[in-house]
Amino acid sequence: MSKLNVGETYEIDINNSNQAFILSAELRSKAAQIIASTDFPTTKTEAWKYTRVTKIKNTKFKILADFPLWRGIKGEESSNQIDKFLIPNLSGSVIVFVNGLFSSELSTIEAENGLEILPLNQDNTFKKDLGKLIPLENEIFYSLNTFYAQDGIAIRIAKNTQLKQTIQLIFISSGENTYIGNRNVIRCEDFSKAHITMNYVSLDNELAFNNTITEISVGSNAHLSVDKIQQESESMNSIISEFVQQEKDSTFSINTFTLGGDLVRNNLNIDVNGQNCETYLSGAYILKSKQHVDNHTIVDHKVAYCESNELYKGVIDDQATAVFNGKVFVRKDAQKINAFQSNGNILLSNTATINSKPELEIYADDVKCSHGSTTGQLDEEAIFYLKSRGISYKTAKKMIVGAFLEDVIKRVSNEHVQLYVNSLTNNSLKV
Amino acid sequence: MANYTEDDLAKELENQEYKFGFVTNIESDKAPIGLNKELIQMISKKKNEPEWLLEYRLKAFEIWKTMTEPSWAHVQYPKPDFQSISYYSAPKQKKKYESWDDVEPELKETMKKLGISMDEQQRLTGTSVAVDFVMDSVSVATSFKEKLAELGIIFCSFSEAVQDHSELVKKYMGSVVPTKDNFYAALNSAVFTDGSFCYIPKGVRCPMELSTYFRINEGGTGQFERTLVVADEGSYVSYLEGCTAPQRDENQLHAAVVELIALNDAEIKYSTVQNWYPGDKDGVGGVFNFVTKRGLCEKNAKISWTQVETGSAVTWKYPSCILKGENSVGEFYSVAVTNNYQQADTGTKMIHLGKNTKSTIISKGISSGKSNNSYRGLVQIHKNAENARNFSQCDSLLMTDECGAHTFPYIECKNSSAKIEHEATTSKIGEDQIFYCNQRGISTEKAISLIVNGYCKEVLNQLPMEFAVEAQKLLAISLEGSVG
Repeated sequence: MSKLNVGETYEIDINNSNQAFILSAELRSKAAQIIASTDFPTTKTEAWKYTRVTKIKNTKFKILADFPLWRGIKGEESSNQIDKFLIPNLSGSVIVFVNGLFSSELSTIEAENGLEILPLNQDNTFKKDLGKLIPLENEIFYSLNTFYAQDGIAIRIAKNTQLKQTIQLIFISSGENTYIGNRNVIRCEDFSKAHITMNYVSLDNELAFNNTITEISVGSNAHLSVDKIQQESESMNSIISEFVQQEKDSTFSINTFTLGGDLVRNNLNIDVNGQNCETYLSGAYILKSKQHVDNHTIVDHKVAYCESNELYKGVIDDQATAVFNGKVFVRKDAQKINAFQSNGNILLSNTATINSKPELEIYADDVKCSHGSTTGQLDEEAIFYLKSRGISYKTAKKMIVGAFLEDVIKRVSNEHVQLYVNSLTNNSLKV
Repeated sequence: MANYTEDDLAKELENQEYKFGFVTNIESDKAPIGLNKELIQMISKKKNEPEWLLEYRLKAFEIWKTMTEPSWAHVQYPKPDFQSISYYSAPKQKKKYESWDDVEPELKETMKKLGISMDEQQRLTGTSVAVDFVMDSVSVATSFKEKLAELGIIFCSFSEAVQDHSELVKKYMGSVVPTKDNFYAALNSAVFTDGSFCYIPKGVRCPMELSTYFRINEGGTGQFERTLVVADEGSYVSYLEGCTAPQRDENQLHAAVVELIALNDAEIKYSTVQNWYPGDKDGVGGVFNFVTKRGLCEKNAKISWTQVETGSAVTWKYPSCILKGENSVGEFYSVAVTNNYQQADTGTKMIHLGKNTKSTIISKGISSGKSNNSYRGLVQIHKNAENARNFSQCDSLLMTDECGAHTFPYIECKNSSAKIEHEATTSKIGEDQIFYCNQRGISTEKAISLIVNGYCKEVLNQLPMEFAVEAQKLLAISLEGSVG
């Protein structure tokens, strides 16, 4: 089955693509049915209360076989082009996807014992487990990804492997009305340790739609940390979802930095299946013009003796809108859970909007769960303090906002990545 | 009681009986079950209502028919069959009560059991409370009417207000909670039978607490009352509301609408002690409490909601403030206790429209047994609400490992000068806290009582004196054996 056969269904043009689909026929046909029978979410749908997706709904997107803008820069110049998206001084494998397809010319894979990296459309071992834990019912975006996914990266860190390198994933988009729908798998086996960065970038300012799902499993006693940097163009619509399964004694941390994009929706779903797990979720967003960023996180504590810590902070300017919806579930009998959730926002303009919804749903009694949410503006007194010491208003503002976000940036453990993120946030703070 | 533990407390909570579960044996005038246009006309006729009110009801009924029951709340219950409820029930009256002496002894006895002894209050003067007693759907007795009238304060049943102060009722009814607001508000607008009406004239400070006591007595009925409080410019009133119902195996429906209007510089303090029958320890019976409460603040006005919620099988209630005028203030203080199979989804909405508006939310939930207790609140800062300020705190205390406590705050801000803080915690009584008390010679039982009392104190302090005592008693019953 390559095409949807239903009349008025939302469809993505695949005529230009000659690639095979990576998910099983069974899942794809289920997805096709859901796409045909499900409407796009409206603001009446609780999970999409603050985010409108009409732009995605009303645009006809296409999957590209080749990379139009990239064509000219393949070969000699391509390495220069890719350079600007690399994290300075960071060694290790660089894996580049252009418009959803793996680019072997631009990628360099550094071999290491116990590390296996390969694009999913060349793989046969990972494919069979794909999509087992992704809910499709009523989820049009997950279904679209399931139906149309043609490529993605599979990373396996074998048992007892402590990776020395950082794996850099770079997802590049280009071209008008491009649809990108990667399905990635990251598998950290027992007693392994890894650090991965995911960098989402655009080459041009064309309207495009990125609908990516990453399936992550963290084995027992494994440690995985992910830094996700979103700096796509101002016309980009991104729905980026991660599904994480954590086994006992594992640690998972993810830092999300959202600086670009027109509409960005991050769905972070973490199932904590084993005891003694630690989960850290952090995020920073700097929004301007008409950007809309929606961070949706779910931490589902299914068993006892775990800890989760969530910190999202953002600065919102112009007519931008930020949405934060963090949800912590503590299931029955999942005792001795410590869950902490915090969201801080600074509004810089009178037309900026913040909608914050930190939620706790708790069914066990011996827990310590708390959340906090603050919204405010720049502290005029602090600015005055700096001004009285000869610092200009603009610099003072930048210093204060920078300090506000530093809590989150500090959570990036790798110093090169931290410096990179720091310079990116500094650049995007409008002075 | 040396070995008194939290488990013992939980057990006691489970077995605690509902104190107000008696039925008063009074003949009542009950409408046939079912909801239709004729019934609404019948109610309206029975109440001798003016034409505009009947039209209002019928319009609301038409709107209600097009609406569906809301399902977003974190509660589960069998949907009430709106055609199997009697929408009108009144204690049969031989004639209108001219004075307190005319009230039937059975009714007096009921009030006495509920702790409202008007007899006594009649003798005491000065510091007492004016009470309007609403049994089933009809206001039975109102005290201190004359004394209040001297100051120009109108405090009477809703039906009387419709007769005597039609223009006021017409002007303000539905201005804060429009008929199409929600499913239950529409239903109430169509079939409401009575309630309380209160008007405080300009610049008057009401010298006593005004109080309404609601009681569902008859089986198979729903109670749909309406309360309208209008505080004219510069006035002040403190209003109390209490609710109880007999013990029955069926689920009874209570769908009320409360509208508060605080004009410029006025202040309304509205306190509720809600103790509807919560069902037995297996979750059978109990009242479904679906209430719409909302207040409107004009310039410099203040509305303060205080509630102690211990009853009802299912509670769905969000007392809200629309802070329309500049410098207006909204407050919400709540203690919600759930036990056995009770479910509560309660909270508030603070809608900031005007400049320099302030709101405070303090919500304390205590869940025990197999109950579920949710806080759901909205803080909305509109574009023109310069310098708006909100502080929210919602804490949950879990007593057993089978109960649930949930927090769903919605914070929406469209103005950069706003300052919003929200914090929530969920935990059980710390073993270290109890140990700290123990080692200072305080028994575990007393320690739990101390901690729970301290936990609720912020809210209980907001209640007027007369009510604070009652609320504390109620908490004591709800947490019997622990709260002294």
